[in-house]
Amino acid sequence: MAIPKVVGIETEYGILVKGGESNPVLASSVLINAYVAATSPRIGWDFDDERPGSDARGFTLDGGPDVEMHLVNSVLTNGARYYVDHAHPEISTPECRGIREAVVYDRAAEEIVRRSMEYSRSLLADDVELLLYKNNSDGKGNSYGCHENYLIDRAVPFGRLVADITPHFVTRQVFTGAGKVGSEEPGTSIGDVPFQISQRADFFEEEVGLETTLKRPIVNTRDEPHCDPTKYRRLHVIVGDANMSEVATYLKLGTTAIVLAMIEDETFPGDLALANPVPAIRIVSHDPSLTRTIGLRDGRRMTALEVQWSLLEAARRHQKSRGFAAVEDADDVLDRWEVVLAGLASDRAKVADVVDWVAKERVVRAYADRHSIDGYDVRLKALDLQYHDMRPEKCIASRLGLRTITDADEVRAAMTEPPGTTRAYFRGRLLAKWPESVVAANWDSVVLDVGRDPLRRVPMMEPLRGTRELVGSLIDASESIVELVTRLGAAPEM
Amino acid sequence: MAERVHKQTPASERRSDAEAPTVTEPVTETGEKLKAELDELLDEIDEVLETNAEDFVKSYIQKGGE
Repeated sequence: MAIPKVVGIETEYGILVKGGESNPVLASSVLINAYVAATSPRIGWDFDDERPGSDARGFTLDGGPDVEMHLVNSVLTNGARYYVDHAHPEISTPECRGIREAVVYDRAAEEIVRRSMEYSRSLLADDVELLLYKNNSDGKGNSYGCHENYLIDRAVPFGRLVADITPHFVTRQVFTGAGKVGSEEPGTSIGDVPFQISQRADFFEEEVGLETTLKRPIVNTRDEPHCDPTKYRRLHVIVGDANMSEVATYLKLGTTAIVLAMIEDETFPGDLALANPVPAIRIVSHDPSLTRTIGLRDGRRMTALEVQWSLLEAARRHQKSRGFAAVEDADDVLDRWEVVLAGLASDRAKVADVVDWVAKERVVRAYADRHSIDGYDVRLKALDLQYHDMRPEKCIASRLGLRTITDADEVRAAMTEPPGTTRAYFRGRLLAKWPESVVAANWDSVVLDVGRDPLRRVPMMEPLRGTRELVGSLIDASESIVELVTRLGAAPEM
Repeated sequence: MAERVHKQTPASERRSDAEAPTVTEPVTETGEKLKAELDELLDEIDEVLETNAEDFVKSYIQKGGE
Protein backbone atom coordinates (compact mmCIF):
# COMPACT_ATOMS: atom_id res chain seq x y z
CA MET A 1 0.00 0.00 0.00
CA ALA A 2 1.16 3.49 -0.82
CA ILE A 3 2.12 5.30 2.37
CA PRO A 4 0.97 8.85 3.15
CA LYS A 5 2.96 11.31 1.13
CA VAL A 6 4.77 13.80 3.33
CA VAL A 7 6.42 16.42 1.14
CA GLY A 8 8.68 19.44 1.35
CA ILE A 9 10.67 21.79 -0.86
CA GLU A 10 14.21 23.14 -0.45
CA THR A 11 15.00 26.23 -2.50
CA GLU A 12 18.37 27.85 -3.05
CA TYR A 13 17.96 31.46 -4.11
CA GLY A 14 20.29 33.32 -6.42
CA ILE A 15 21.87 36.28 -4.61
CA LEU A 16 23.49 39.53 -5.82
CA VAL A 17 25.14 42.27 -3.79
CA LYS A 18 24.09 45.50 -5.46
CA GLY A 19 26.56 48.29 -4.86
CA GLY A 20 28.90 46.18 -2.75
CA GLU A 21 31.59 43.54 -2.86
CA SER A 22 30.39 40.27 -4.27
CA ASN A 23 30.77 37.77 -1.46
CA PRO A 24 27.74 35.50 -1.74
CA VAL A 25 28.55 33.43 1.35
CA LEU A 26 28.82 36.50 3.54
CA ALA A 27 25.83 38.12 1.86
CA SER A 28 23.71 35.01 2.46
CA SER A 29 24.77 34.97 6.12
CA VAL A 30 23.87 38.64 6.55
CA LEU A 31 20.50 38.04 4.92
CA ILE A 32 19.57 35.14 7.19
CA ASN A 33 21.02 36.68 10.34
CA ALA A 34 19.01 39.82 9.67
CA TYR A 35 15.80 37.81 9.54
CA VAL A 36 16.57 35.62 12.53
CA ALA A 37 17.69 38.56 14.65
CA ALA A 38 14.53 40.47 13.83
CA THR A 39 12.06 37.66 14.33
CA SER A 40 13.18 34.94 16.70
CA PRO A 41 15.81 33.71 19.07
CA ARG A 42 18.38 31.71 17.20
CA ILE A 43 18.17 27.97 17.48
CA GLY A 44 21.05 26.00 16.04
CA TRP A 45 20.71 23.08 13.70
CA ASP A 46 21.77 19.70 15.03
CA PHE A 47 23.99 17.92 12.49
CA ASP A 48 24.00 14.51 14.15
CA ASP A 49 21.66 13.08 11.55
CA GLU A 50 23.30 14.49 8.40
CA ARG A 51 24.68 11.80 6.11
CA PRO A 52 24.60 13.24 2.60
CA GLY A 53 27.24 10.74 1.46
CA SER A 54 24.99 7.78 2.13
CA ASP A 55 23.74 6.21 -1.07
CA ALA A 56 20.35 4.53 -1.56
CA ARG A 57 22.04 1.85 -3.63
CA GLY A 58 23.73 0.60 -0.49
CA PHE A 59 27.20 2.09 -0.20
CA THR A 60 28.81 5.19 1.21
CA LEU A 61 30.82 7.45 -1.03
CA ASP A 62 34.17 8.81 0.14
CA GLY A 63 34.31 12.51 -0.49
CA GLY A 64 30.53 12.77 -0.65
CA PRO A 65 28.99 16.18 -0.28
CA ASP A 66 30.25 18.07 2.76
CA VAL A 67 27.97 19.42 5.39
CA GLU A 68 29.06 22.95 6.09
CA MET A 69 28.81 23.26 9.83
CA HIS A 70 30.33 26.71 10.14
CA LEU A 71 27.68 28.51 8.12
CA VAL A 72 24.51 30.14 9.39
CA ASN A 73 21.84 27.60 10.12
CA SER A 74 18.55 28.27 11.83
CA VAL A 75 15.28 26.62 12.56
CA LEU A 76 12.19 28.79 12.32
CA THR A 77 9.02 28.61 14.39
CA ASN A 78 7.11 27.43 11.32
CA GLY A 79 9.29 24.31 11.35
CA ALA A 80 11.40 25.38 8.37
CA ARG A 81 15.18 25.41 8.14
CA TYR A 82 16.83 28.63 6.88
CA TYR A 83 20.52 28.38 6.15
CA VAL A 84 23.51 29.11 3.96
CA ASP A 85 24.23 26.28 1.55
CA HIS A 86 27.42 26.67 -0.47
CA ALA A 87 27.06 30.24 -1.69
CA HIS A 88 23.29 30.61 -1.52
CA PRO A 89 20.62 31.27 1.06
CA GLU A 90 18.36 28.25 1.21
CA ILE A 91 15.02 27.57 2.84
CA SER A 92 13.61 24.10 3.42
CA THR A 93 9.90 24.17 4.07
CA PRO A 94 8.59 22.18 7.01
CA GLU A 95 7.29 18.71 6.25
CA CYS A 96 3.74 18.94 4.90
CA ARG A 97 1.03 16.34 4.58
CA GLY A 98 -0.97 18.36 2.06
CA ILE A 99 0.16 19.28 -1.44
CA ARG A 100 -1.53 22.67 -1.33
CA GLU A 101 -0.23 23.08 2.20
CA ALA A 102 3.33 22.67 0.85
CA VAL A 103 2.61 25.41 -1.71
CA VAL A 104 1.53 27.70 1.14
CA TYR A 105 4.85 27.04 2.90
CA ASP A 106 6.82 27.60 -0.30
CA ARG A 107 5.03 30.93 -0.66
CA ALA A 108 5.76 31.70 2.99
CA ALA A 109 9.43 30.99 2.27
CA GLU A 110 9.31 33.60 -0.51
CA GLU A 111 7.86 36.12 1.92
CA ILE A 112 10.53 35.26 4.49
CA VAL A 113 13.17 35.98 1.84
CA ARG A 114 11.49 39.29 0.98
CA ARG A 115 11.33 40.23 4.65
CA SER A 116 15.02 39.25 5.01
CA MET A 117 15.94 41.60 2.17
CA GLU A 118 14.19 44.44 4.00
CA TYR A 119 15.72 43.65 7.39
CA SER A 120 19.20 43.33 5.88
CA ARG A 121 19.15 46.95 4.72
CA SER A 122 19.73 48.18 8.26
CA LEU A 123 22.92 46.09 8.42
CA LEU A 124 24.33 47.36 5.15
CA ALA A 125 25.67 50.66 3.86
CA ASP A 126 23.00 52.93 2.38
CA ASP A 127 23.90 52.20 -1.22
CA VAL A 128 24.23 48.44 -0.76
CA GLU A 129 21.32 46.09 -1.30
CA LEU A 130 20.90 42.31 -1.39
CA LEU A 131 18.91 41.09 -4.36
CA LEU A 132 17.37 37.62 -4.38
CA TYR A 133 16.15 35.54 -7.31
CA LYS A 134 14.02 32.41 -7.20
CA ASN A 135 15.56 30.73 -10.22
CA ASN A 136 18.10 27.97 -10.91
CA SER A 137 20.73 29.27 -13.26
CA ASP A 138 22.83 32.36 -13.90
CA GLY A 139 22.84 31.83 -17.65
CA LYS A 140 26.59 31.26 -17.53
CA GLY A 141 26.70 27.58 -16.73
CA ASN A 142 26.15 27.73 -12.97
CA SER A 143 23.11 26.10 -11.46
CA TYR A 144 21.60 25.88 -7.99
CA GLY A 145 18.71 23.77 -6.96
CA CYS A 146 15.11 23.57 -5.93
CA HIS A 147 14.76 20.13 -4.42
CA GLU A 148 11.61 18.25 -3.54
CA ASN A 149 11.28 15.54 -0.91
CA TYR A 150 8.74 12.76 -0.73
CA LEU A 151 8.24 10.11 1.92
CA ILE A 152 8.07 6.67 0.37
CA ASP A 153 7.88 3.08 1.47
CA ARG A 154 11.29 1.54 2.08
CA ALA A 155 9.98 -1.76 0.76
CA VAL A 156 9.82 -0.53 -2.83
CA PRO A 157 12.95 -1.83 -4.56
CA PHE A 158 15.09 1.18 -5.39
CA GLY A 159 15.87 -0.05 -8.91
CA ARG A 160 12.17 -0.22 -9.79
CA LEU A 161 11.63 3.21 -8.30
CA VAL A 162 14.39 4.68 -10.49
CA ALA A 163 13.10 2.99 -13.64
CA ASP A 164 9.49 4.03 -13.07
CA ILE A 165 9.94 7.62 -11.92
CA THR A 166 12.38 8.59 -14.69
CA PRO A 167 9.81 9.06 -17.49
CA HIS A 168 7.91 11.49 -15.25
CA PHE A 169 11.06 13.40 -14.32
CA VAL A 170 12.03 13.76 -17.98
CA THR A 171 8.61 14.90 -19.22
CA ARG A 172 6.86 16.71 -16.34
CA GLN A 173 8.86 19.83 -17.26
CA VAL A 174 6.23 20.60 -19.90
CA PHE A 175 4.23 22.09 -17.02
CA THR A 176 6.87 22.48 -14.27
CA GLY A 177 9.55 24.21 -16.40
CA ALA A 178 10.30 27.79 -15.43
CA GLY A 179 11.64 28.71 -18.88
CA LYS A 180 15.04 30.04 -19.89
CA VAL A 181 16.38 32.35 -22.58
CA GLY A 182 19.25 30.48 -24.26
CA SER A 183 21.12 27.30 -23.47
CA GLU A 184 23.94 26.33 -21.14
CA GLU A 185 24.58 22.95 -22.66
CA PRO A 186 28.22 22.91 -23.78
CA GLY A 187 28.39 23.21 -27.54
CA THR A 188 24.89 24.63 -27.90
CA SER A 189 24.47 28.29 -28.77
CA ILE A 190 21.64 30.71 -28.28
CA GLY A 191 21.06 30.51 -32.00
CA ASP A 192 20.29 26.80 -31.62
CA VAL A 193 18.12 27.28 -28.54
CA PRO A 194 16.71 30.82 -28.25
CA PHE A 195 14.29 29.75 -25.53
CA GLN A 196 13.85 26.52 -23.61
CA ILE A 197 11.31 25.03 -21.23
CA SER A 198 13.47 24.27 -18.21
CA GLN A 199 16.09 26.11 -16.18
CA ARG A 200 17.76 22.87 -15.16
CA ALA A 201 17.72 20.42 -18.06
CA ASP A 202 21.10 21.59 -19.41
CA PHE A 203 22.80 20.44 -16.21
CA PHE A 204 21.86 16.75 -16.06
CA GLU A 205 24.52 14.28 -17.10
CA GLU A 206 23.61 10.97 -15.46
CA GLU A 207 20.52 8.82 -15.09
CA VAL A 208 21.08 8.01 -11.45
CA GLY A 209 23.66 8.93 -8.81
CA LEU A 210 24.59 10.56 -5.54
CA GLU A 211 25.98 13.88 -6.75
CA THR A 212 24.04 17.12 -6.69
CA THR A 213 26.70 19.63 -7.77
CA LEU A 214 28.64 17.81 -10.50
CA LYS A 215 27.46 15.24 -13.01
CA ARG A 216 23.93 15.79 -11.76
CA PRO A 217 21.70 12.73 -12.01
CA ILE A 218 18.01 12.70 -13.01
CA VAL A 219 17.33 10.46 -10.01
CA ASN A 220 19.33 11.37 -6.94
CA THR A 221 20.26 8.53 -4.63
CA ARG A 222 20.97 10.46 -1.44
CA ASP A 223 19.80 8.10 1.27
CA GLU A 224 19.10 10.26 4.27
CA PRO A 225 15.58 9.39 5.38
CA HIS A 226 15.54 11.81 8.35
CA CYS A 227 13.08 9.35 9.88
CA ASP A 228 12.85 5.63 10.63
CA PRO A 229 15.21 4.14 8.01
CA THR A 230 13.76 0.66 8.35
CA LYS A 231 10.34 1.84 7.19
CA TYR A 232 10.87 4.86 5.03
CA ARG A 233 12.84 6.39 2.26
CA ARG A 234 12.98 10.10 1.52
CA LEU A 235 13.14 10.53 -2.24
CA HIS A 236 15.31 13.60 -2.78
CA VAL A 237 14.41 15.08 -6.15
CA ILE A 238 16.89 17.48 -7.71
CA VAL A 239 15.63 17.59 -11.29
CA GLY A 240 13.01 20.32 -10.87
CA ASP A 241 12.93 24.07 -11.44
CA ALA A 242 11.92 26.60 -8.80
CA ASN A 243 8.51 27.89 -9.78
CA MET A 244 7.03 31.35 -9.49
CA SER A 245 3.59 29.97 -10.40
CA GLU A 246 1.79 28.50 -7.41
CA VAL A 247 -0.14 26.08 -9.58
CA ALA A 248 3.09 24.89 -11.18
CA THR A 249 4.56 24.14 -7.74
CA TYR A 250 1.31 22.40 -6.82
CA LEU A 251 1.35 20.27 -9.97
CA LYS A 252 5.05 19.49 -9.61
CA LEU A 253 4.52 18.11 -6.10
CA GLY A 254 1.09 16.64 -6.68
CA THR A 255 1.74 14.73 -9.89
CA THR A 256 5.02 13.39 -8.54
CA ALA A 257 3.37 12.23 -5.31
CA ILE A 258 0.67 10.52 -7.38
CA VAL A 259 3.20 8.76 -9.63
CA LEU A 260 5.12 7.63 -6.53
CA ALA A 261 1.94 6.25 -4.99
CA MET A 262 1.31 4.29 -8.20
CA ILE A 263 4.85 2.92 -8.05
CA GLU A 264 4.30 1.83 -4.44
CA ASP A 265 1.00 0.19 -5.35
CA GLU A 266 2.45 -1.34 -8.53
CA THR A 267 -0.18 0.26 -10.75
CA PHE A 268 2.43 2.20 -12.70
CA PRO A 269 2.30 1.53 -16.45
CA GLY A 270 5.38 -0.56 -17.05
CA ASP A 271 5.97 0.29 -20.68
CA LEU A 272 7.14 3.91 -20.45
CA ALA A 273 10.85 3.29 -19.85
CA LEU A 274 12.94 5.70 -21.90
CA ALA A 275 15.80 4.53 -24.09
CA ASN A 276 18.10 7.48 -23.28
CA PRO A 277 16.79 9.68 -20.48
CA VAL A 278 19.74 12.10 -20.34
CA PRO A 279 19.57 13.30 -23.95
CA ALA A 280 15.77 13.09 -23.72
CA ILE A 281 15.52 15.61 -20.90
CA ARG A 282 17.30 18.16 -23.09
CA ILE A 283 15.37 17.27 -26.22
CA VAL A 284 12.17 18.02 -24.33
CA SER A 285 13.48 21.21 -22.76
CA HIS A 286 14.90 22.58 -26.01
CA ASP A 287 11.61 22.17 -27.85
CA PRO A 288 8.93 24.67 -26.78
CA SER A 289 6.84 23.51 -29.76
CA LEU A 290 6.37 20.25 -27.80
CA THR A 291 6.47 18.23 -31.02
CA ARG A 292 9.79 16.38 -30.87
CA THR A 293 9.67 12.76 -29.84
CA ILE A 294 11.88 10.78 -27.48
CA GLY A 295 12.67 7.10 -27.80
CA LEU A 296 11.23 4.45 -25.51
CA ARG A 297 13.07 1.30 -24.64
CA ASP A 298 10.43 -0.75 -26.47
CA GLY A 299 11.20 1.07 -29.70
CA ARG A 300 8.25 3.47 -29.82
CA ARG A 301 8.71 7.22 -29.97
CA MET A 302 6.50 9.61 -28.02
CA THR A 303 6.31 13.32 -27.36
CA ALA A 304 6.68 14.47 -23.76
CA LEU A 305 2.98 15.31 -23.76
CA GLU A 306 2.11 11.78 -24.87
CA VAL A 307 4.17 10.33 -22.02
CA GLN A 308 2.32 12.66 -19.65
CA TRP A 309 -1.08 11.61 -21.05
CA SER A 310 -0.14 7.96 -20.49
CA LEU A 311 0.80 8.72 -16.88
CA LEU A 312 -2.40 10.67 -16.32
CA GLU A 313 -4.50 7.86 -17.81
CA ALA A 314 -2.86 5.33 -15.51
CA ALA A 315 -3.48 7.65 -12.58
CA ARG A 316 -7.15 8.01 -13.55
CA ARG A 317 -7.48 4.23 -13.63
CA HIS A 318 -5.84 4.02 -10.22
CA GLN A 319 -8.12 6.78 -8.91
CA LYS A 320 -11.19 4.93 -10.14
CA SER A 321 -10.20 1.52 -8.87
CA ARG A 322 -8.73 2.37 -5.47
CA GLY A 323 -8.37 6.11 -5.00
CA PHE A 324 -5.33 8.03 -3.82
CA ALA A 325 -5.73 8.11 -0.04
CA ALA A 326 -1.96 8.49 0.26
CA VAL A 327 -1.91 11.83 -1.53
CA GLU A 328 -3.87 14.72 -0.09
CA ASP A 329 -5.53 16.89 -2.74
CA ALA A 330 -5.07 14.07 -5.31
CA ASP A 331 -8.47 14.48 -7.01
CA ASP A 332 -7.90 18.18 -7.54
CA VAL A 333 -4.34 17.59 -8.70
CA LEU A 334 -5.60 15.09 -11.29
CA ASP A 335 -8.17 17.57 -12.62
CA ARG A 336 -5.62 20.34 -12.92
CA TRP A 337 -3.07 17.96 -14.45
CA GLU A 338 -5.59 17.14 -17.15
CA VAL A 339 -6.43 20.79 -17.77
CA VAL A 340 -2.80 21.77 -18.13
CA LEU A 341 -2.00 18.94 -20.56
CA ALA A 342 -5.10 19.77 -22.62
CA GLY A 343 -4.09 23.43 -22.71
CA LEU A 344 -0.53 22.66 -23.74
CA ALA A 345 -1.84 20.38 -26.47
CA SER A 346 -4.30 22.89 -27.91
CA ASP A 347 -4.17 26.59 -27.13
CA ARG A 348 -0.99 27.45 -25.27
CA ALA A 349 -2.40 30.82 -24.16
CA LYS A 350 -4.89 28.97 -21.95
CA VAL A 351 -2.13 27.84 -19.60
CA ALA A 352 -0.08 31.05 -19.60
CA ASP A 353 -1.58 31.75 -16.17
CA VAL A 354 -0.23 28.52 -14.64
CA VAL A 355 2.85 27.38 -16.57
CA ASP A 356 5.91 29.51 -15.89
CA TRP A 357 7.75 28.84 -19.13
CA VAL A 358 4.67 29.67 -21.20
CA ALA A 359 4.13 32.92 -19.29
CA LYS A 360 7.81 33.81 -19.66
CA GLU A 361 7.99 32.89 -23.34
CA ARG A 362 4.96 35.05 -24.12
CA VAL A 363 6.37 38.12 -22.45
CA VAL A 364 9.83 37.60 -23.96
CA ARG A 365 8.27 37.29 -27.38
CA ALA A 366 6.02 40.33 -26.95
CA TYR A 367 8.93 42.39 -25.67
CA ALA A 368 11.08 41.36 -28.64
CA ASP A 369 8.27 42.30 -31.02
CA ARG A 370 7.78 45.72 -29.48
CA HIS A 371 11.47 46.54 -29.61
CA SER A 372 12.05 44.92 -33.01
CA ILE A 373 14.56 42.50 -31.54
CA ASP A 374 15.46 39.81 -34.01
CA GLY A 375 17.36 36.93 -32.42
CA TYR A 376 19.19 37.42 -29.14
CA ASP A 377 19.44 40.68 -27.22
CA VAL A 378 20.76 41.06 -23.69
CA ARG A 379 17.46 42.68 -22.67
CA LEU A 380 15.75 39.35 -23.21
CA LYS A 381 18.11 37.69 -20.75
CA ALA A 382 17.52 40.54 -18.29
CA LEU A 383 13.80 39.90 -18.64
CA ASP A 384 14.37 36.19 -18.02
CA LEU A 385 16.35 36.87 -14.81
CA GLN A 386 13.91 39.49 -13.58
CA TYR A 387 10.99 37.12 -14.00
CA HIS A 388 12.33 35.59 -10.76
CA ASP A 389 13.26 38.82 -8.94
CA MET A 390 12.11 38.74 -5.30
CA ARG A 391 11.69 42.54 -5.16
CA PRO A 392 8.01 43.18 -5.72
CA GLU A 393 8.79 46.34 -7.66
CA LYS A 394 11.11 44.47 -10.01
CA CYS A 395 9.49 41.05 -10.35
CA ILE A 396 8.13 40.28 -13.82
CA ALA A 397 6.29 37.08 -12.89
CA SER A 398 3.99 38.89 -10.47
CA ARG A 399 2.83 41.17 -13.29
CA LEU A 400 1.67 38.41 -15.62
CA GLY A 401 -1.57 37.41 -13.93
CA LEU A 402 -0.43 34.01 -12.66
CA ARG A 403 -3.28 32.17 -10.97
CA THR A 404 -3.00 31.80 -7.20
CA ILE A 405 -4.23 29.02 -4.93
CA THR A 406 -3.16 30.51 -1.60
CA ASP A 407 -4.37 33.61 0.18
CA ALA A 408 -2.28 36.30 1.82
CA ASP A 409 -3.53 35.58 5.36
CA GLU A 410 -2.61 31.90 5.33
CA VAL A 411 0.78 32.67 3.79
CA ARG A 412 1.45 35.28 6.49
CA ALA A 413 0.47 32.78 9.19
CA ALA A 414 2.69 30.12 7.63
CA MET A 415 5.73 32.38 8.04
CA THR A 416 5.61 31.78 11.79
CA GLU A 417 3.23 28.87 12.46
CA PRO A 418 4.00 25.24 11.59
CA PRO A 419 1.68 22.93 9.69
CA GLY A 420 -0.48 20.94 12.09
CA THR A 421 -0.25 17.72 10.16
CA THR A 422 3.34 16.56 10.67
CA ARG A 423 6.12 16.48 13.28
CA ALA A 424 7.02 20.01 12.11
CA TYR A 425 4.20 21.05 14.45
CA PHE A 426 6.09 19.77 17.51
CA ARG A 427 9.36 21.35 16.38
CA GLY A 428 7.80 24.70 15.57
CA ARG A 429 5.60 24.96 18.65
CA LEU A 430 8.49 24.13 21.00
CA LEU A 431 10.63 26.79 19.37
CA ALA A 432 7.87 29.34 19.70
CA LYS A 433 6.90 28.52 23.28
CA TRP A 434 10.23 27.61 24.92
CA PRO A 435 12.97 29.08 22.71
CA GLU A 436 15.44 29.22 25.59
CA SER A 437 15.04 25.48 26.24
CA VAL A 438 15.47 24.22 22.68
CA VAL A 439 19.22 23.80 22.35
CA ALA A 440 19.14 22.37 18.84
CA ALA A 441 16.74 20.83 16.39
CA ASN A 442 16.85 18.89 13.17
CA TRP A 443 14.33 17.00 11.05
CA ASP A 444 14.05 13.98 13.31
CA SER A 445 14.79 15.24 16.79
CA VAL A 446 14.92 18.19 19.12
CA VAL A 447 17.47 18.62 21.91
CA LEU A 448 16.08 20.20 25.06
CA ASP A 449 17.70 21.79 28.07
CA VAL A 450 15.45 20.84 30.94
CA GLY A 451 17.56 22.57 33.57
CA ARG A 452 18.94 20.11 36.08
CA ASP A 453 19.46 16.91 34.05
CA PRO A 454 21.67 16.31 31.04
CA LEU A 455 20.28 17.57 27.73
CA ARG A 456 17.33 15.55 26.54
CA ARG A 457 17.04 14.49 22.90
CA VAL A 458 13.46 13.84 21.84
CA PRO A 459 13.48 11.67 18.72
CA MET A 460 10.81 12.24 16.07
CA MET A 461 11.34 9.28 13.79
CA GLU A 462 7.73 9.26 12.58
CA PRO A 463 6.94 12.21 10.29
CA LEU A 464 3.22 11.90 11.00
CA ARG A 465 3.57 12.03 14.78
CA GLY A 466 4.06 15.18 16.81
CA THR A 467 1.04 16.66 15.05
CA ARG A 468 -1.44 19.19 16.42
CA GLU A 469 -3.87 16.36 16.99
CA LEU A 470 -1.39 14.26 18.96
CA VAL A 471 0.57 16.85 20.96
CA GLY A 472 -1.29 20.15 20.58
CA SER A 473 -3.15 19.94 23.89
CA LEU A 474 -0.06 18.61 25.70
CA ILE A 475 1.95 21.63 24.60
CA ASP A 476 -0.92 24.01 25.36
CA ALA A 477 -1.38 22.58 28.85
CA SER A 478 2.32 22.49 29.81
CA GLU A 479 3.63 25.54 31.60
CA SER A 480 7.28 24.57 31.40
CA ILE A 481 9.51 22.41 29.23
CA VAL A 482 10.05 20.11 32.22
CA GLU A 483 6.33 19.62 32.52
CA LEU A 484 6.06 18.89 28.81
CA VAL A 485 8.88 16.33 28.94
CA THR A 486 7.22 14.66 31.93
CA ARG A 487 3.86 14.56 30.18
CA LEU A 488 5.47 13.21 26.99
CA GLY A 489 7.18 10.50 29.02
CA ALA A 490 3.79 9.44 30.32
CA ALA A 491 2.11 9.51 26.91
CA PRO A 492 2.11 6.16 25.11
CA GLU A 493 2.91 7.74 21.76
CA MET A 494 3.61 11.27 20.77
CA MET B 1 1.87 -3.13 -27.28
CA ALA B 2 -1.55 -2.93 -25.80
CA GLU B 3 -0.99 0.57 -24.52
CA ARG B 4 -1.84 2.85 -27.40
CA VAL B 5 -0.86 6.42 -27.63
CA HIS B 6 -3.51 9.11 -27.74
CA LYS B 7 -2.08 11.85 -29.79
CA GLN B 8 -2.57 14.93 -27.64
CA THR B 9 -6.25 14.27 -27.13
CA PRO B 10 -7.48 15.75 -23.88
CA ALA B 11 -8.50 12.88 -21.65
CA SER B 12 -11.64 14.85 -20.74
CA GLU B 13 -12.91 14.21 -24.25
CA ARG B 14 -12.34 10.51 -23.85
CA ARG B 15 -13.87 10.11 -20.44
CA SER B 16 -17.57 9.62 -20.35
CA ASP B 17 -17.99 9.01 -16.65
CA ALA B 18 -16.97 12.34 -15.29
CA GLU B 19 -17.60 15.97 -15.85
CA ALA B 20 -14.89 17.95 -17.47
CA PRO B 21 -12.75 19.69 -14.89
CA THR B 22 -13.83 23.23 -14.21
CA VAL B 23 -10.55 24.62 -13.02
CA THR B 24 -10.07 27.11 -15.81
CA GLU B 25 -12.56 29.75 -16.74
CA PRO B 26 -13.51 30.25 -20.35
CA VAL B 27 -11.47 32.83 -22.18
CA THR B 28 -13.94 35.62 -22.86
CA GLU B 29 -11.69 38.53 -23.64
CA THR B 30 -11.57 39.71 -27.17
CA GLY B 31 -8.30 39.90 -29.04
CA GLU B 32 -8.48 43.71 -28.83
CA LYS B 33 -8.71 43.72 -25.08
CA LEU B 34 -5.86 41.25 -24.77
CA LYS B 35 -3.70 43.40 -26.99
CA ALA B 36 -4.46 46.51 -24.93
CA GLU B 37 -3.56 44.63 -21.76
CA LEU B 38 -0.37 43.36 -23.31
CA ASP B 39 0.57 46.90 -24.39
CA GLU B 40 -0.02 48.13 -20.89
CA LEU B 41 2.06 45.28 -19.49
CA LEU B 42 4.90 46.02 -21.90
CA ASP B 43 4.84 49.69 -20.88
CA GLU B 44 5.20 48.56 -17.30
CA ILE B 45 7.99 46.15 -18.15
CA ASP B 46 9.89 48.89 -19.97
CA GLU B 47 9.81 50.78 -16.68
CA VAL B 48 10.64 47.84 -14.45
CA LEU B 49 13.45 46.31 -16.47
CA GLU B 50 16.92 47.11 -15.14
CA THR B 51 18.05 50.28 -16.90
CA ASN B 52 21.40 48.83 -17.84
CA ALA B 53 20.47 45.33 -18.97
CA GLU B 54 23.99 44.67 -20.21
CA ASP B 55 25.61 45.38 -16.82
CA PHE B 56 22.87 43.56 -14.94
CA VAL B 57 23.16 40.39 -16.97
CA LYS B 58 26.95 40.54 -16.86
CA SER B 59 26.94 40.96 -13.07
CA TYR B 60 24.51 38.13 -12.52
CA ILE B 61 27.08 35.45 -11.68
CA GLN B 62 26.28 32.73 -9.18
CA LYS B 63 28.31 29.95 -7.68
CA GLY B 64 26.93 26.51 -8.29
CA GLY B 65 24.95 25.23 -5.35
CA GLU B 66 23.21 22.18 -3.92
